[in-house]
Amino acid sequence: MTLTAPVTGTAARRARRTALLHWIAVHSLGIAAALFFVLPFVFVVLTSLMSDQQALTRDLTPDSWHFGNYLKVFETEGFLTWWKNSLLYAGLGTVLVVVSSLPVAYALAKFRFRGRHLSLLLVISMMMLPPQVVIIPMYLFWAQQMDLSGSLWPLIIPMAFGDAFAIFLLRQFLLTIPDEYVEAARIDGCGELRILLRVVLPMAKPAVAAVALFQFFYCWNDYFGPQIYASENPAAWTLSYGLESFKGAHHTDWNLTMAATVLVMAPVILVFFFAQKAFVEGVTLTGVKG
Amino acid sequence: MSTDTLPATEAAPAASGSTAARRNTLRSRRRSNALRTLAFMSPWLIGFGFFFVYPLVSTVYFSLMKYDGLNAPEWRGLDNWEYVFTSFPQFWPALRNTLWLCVVMVSCRVVFGLGIGMLITKIKTGAGIFRTLFYLPFLAPPVAATLAFVFLLNPGTGPVNTLLEAIGLPAPAWFTDPAWAKPALTLLAVWGIGDLMVIFMAALLDVPKEQYEAAELDGANGRQRFRHITLPNISPIILFAVVTGIIGAMQYYTQPIVASKVASGVMGGSGVTFVPGYPDDSTLTLPQLVYSLGFSQFNYGAACVVALVLFAFSMAFTALLMRRRGGLIGSGD
Repeated sequence: MTLTAPVTGTAARRARRTALLHWIAVHSLGIAAALFFVLPFVFVVLTSLMSDQQALTRDLTPDSWHFGNYLKVFETEGFLTWWKNSLLYAGLGTVLVVVSSLPVAYALAKFRFRGRHLSLLLVISMMMLPPQVVIIPMYLFWAQQMDLSGSLWPLIIPMAFGDAFAIFLLRQFLLTIPDEYVEAARIDGCGELRILLRVVLPMAKPAVAAVALFQFFYCWNDYFGPQIYASENPAAWTLSYGLESFKGAHHTDWNLTMAATVLVMAPVILVFFFAQKAFVEGVTLTGVKG
Repeated sequence: MSTDTLPATEAAPAASGSTAARRNTLRSRRRSNALRTLAFMSPWLIGFGFFFVYPLVSTVYFSLMKYDGLNAPEWRGLDNWEYVFTSFPQFWPALRNTLWLCVVMVSCRVVFGLGIGMLITKIKTGAGIFRTLFYLPFLAPPVAATLAFVFLLNPGTGPVNTLLEAIGLPAPAWFTDPAWAKPALTLLAVWGIGDLMVIFMAALLDVPKEQYEAAELDGANGRQRFRHITLPNISPIILFAVVTGIIGAMQYYTQPIVASKVASGVMGGSGVTFVPGYPDDSTLTLPQLVYSLGFSQFNYGAACVVALVLFAFSMAFTALLMRRRGGLIGSGD
């Protein structure tokens, strides 16, 4: 005993030192990685606050702070319209997708019917379909048959007919709700629509929130859709589409372009901070849990 | 696959006297179940027919036609296919770029995503803050993020080259150099790694702790534990990340088209027609070809051929994903 005691003492000390070194190594790496992820944002914001001349130099930080750049962006012709259009597209799109996808996901998760498996495979195929594959006939339909090109309606209307990704994500979540809840409600004589709205929906709130967020971000970020249908009419442009032409119109004003970039990123990041949990849950749900 | 929700007692044919009556109620019950299913599925059924089947069939039809949107379509057989594969100069560069993206960009994203995922599971102090910071770039809208990177990486005055030169490293021309444009896009893709980080993090936390403890008792070092415990446990997730990454690379559109537009200085309203792929077709991908063939050259036939090639590749990898990972579809059957 007297012989071993000092040995364990040094061993414990050594273990503590390794643990400390390990802690330092891990957190240094963490800080390095954090710099990689954060510095681009920092440089963008710093440049957005520079004067016109300074933004064209190699300076990294502004000599004087020009918060007025943001006002100038808002005063740019069209910028507020793009905001309004983005909100309309993302807002309406989100509501329509949630309302139309939920019953489909419920049927796929809780009804047993012939062709259920096939339907699910087709939903996944639709989810993986690049939008460019079907764009020619779709454009011809909306532009020639419906005369709706130059507006965002060709993008909004299809969202009333379910979105494959939303259906898939909701269905994955609804599978985790035990069938007993649904069965019990059926035995009580509840109609399926009431079961969906009164029993299932309250339990599926996190998934619905995740779907709504994903859809909102999808619409907000969409570039291809507005490029195809709205490009001919600047009054129908969204922020994501207009931002690029903003750079075109302010060819050399990197400060204004970066201010506009910040204004496009800001809403998404704000929404994320308020709904972080739902968002991360959604990512995990589609990625890992099967 | 069973076809109804009826309890076993009702589903079993009744042997007693009133068989006919029971069979009738059974049949009407079945019919109302089918109607109910139809009603719940209807939004998607309409969408599936109208936004998937119809345009796909129509795309095949137009791929065999000469059509410019103004004059009536003319039957051309396989002419468009021959044109795209043999004489359209941008097709093979686009396919080569896609292959490059599938190999280099996807592996960079998976390796880096796994690394960041492992790092975040080891961070003890301030884990929440680190996680949020690592995740944020994934949320940056693609157009905004691309614009930011074209600025950050601009060869003349960009902060990245300023820093590189300050520490004595070579400063590439990034988005304006054909050799560096794809690496620049890869950097942008690696920056937005948040989705993979979350997925890998969840997978790593699911690896049973006992396996690590047992290995440690057997004297396995860190690398051996990673090789023999971590990797086998998360290999399905790695496969998932690779295949979804490849599907994403096939569809890669917004970032390259915005980067090439902004870096080349050809903007809307400047009067010059923009040809995607700047510099020297190095950022061209198949979806961009659909766009430029269809909406700036009005060669709808050839655009549909490229669209169908894109479709074939996407569906092949989707099939791979579903076959190798039955888990994607999940239980409930």
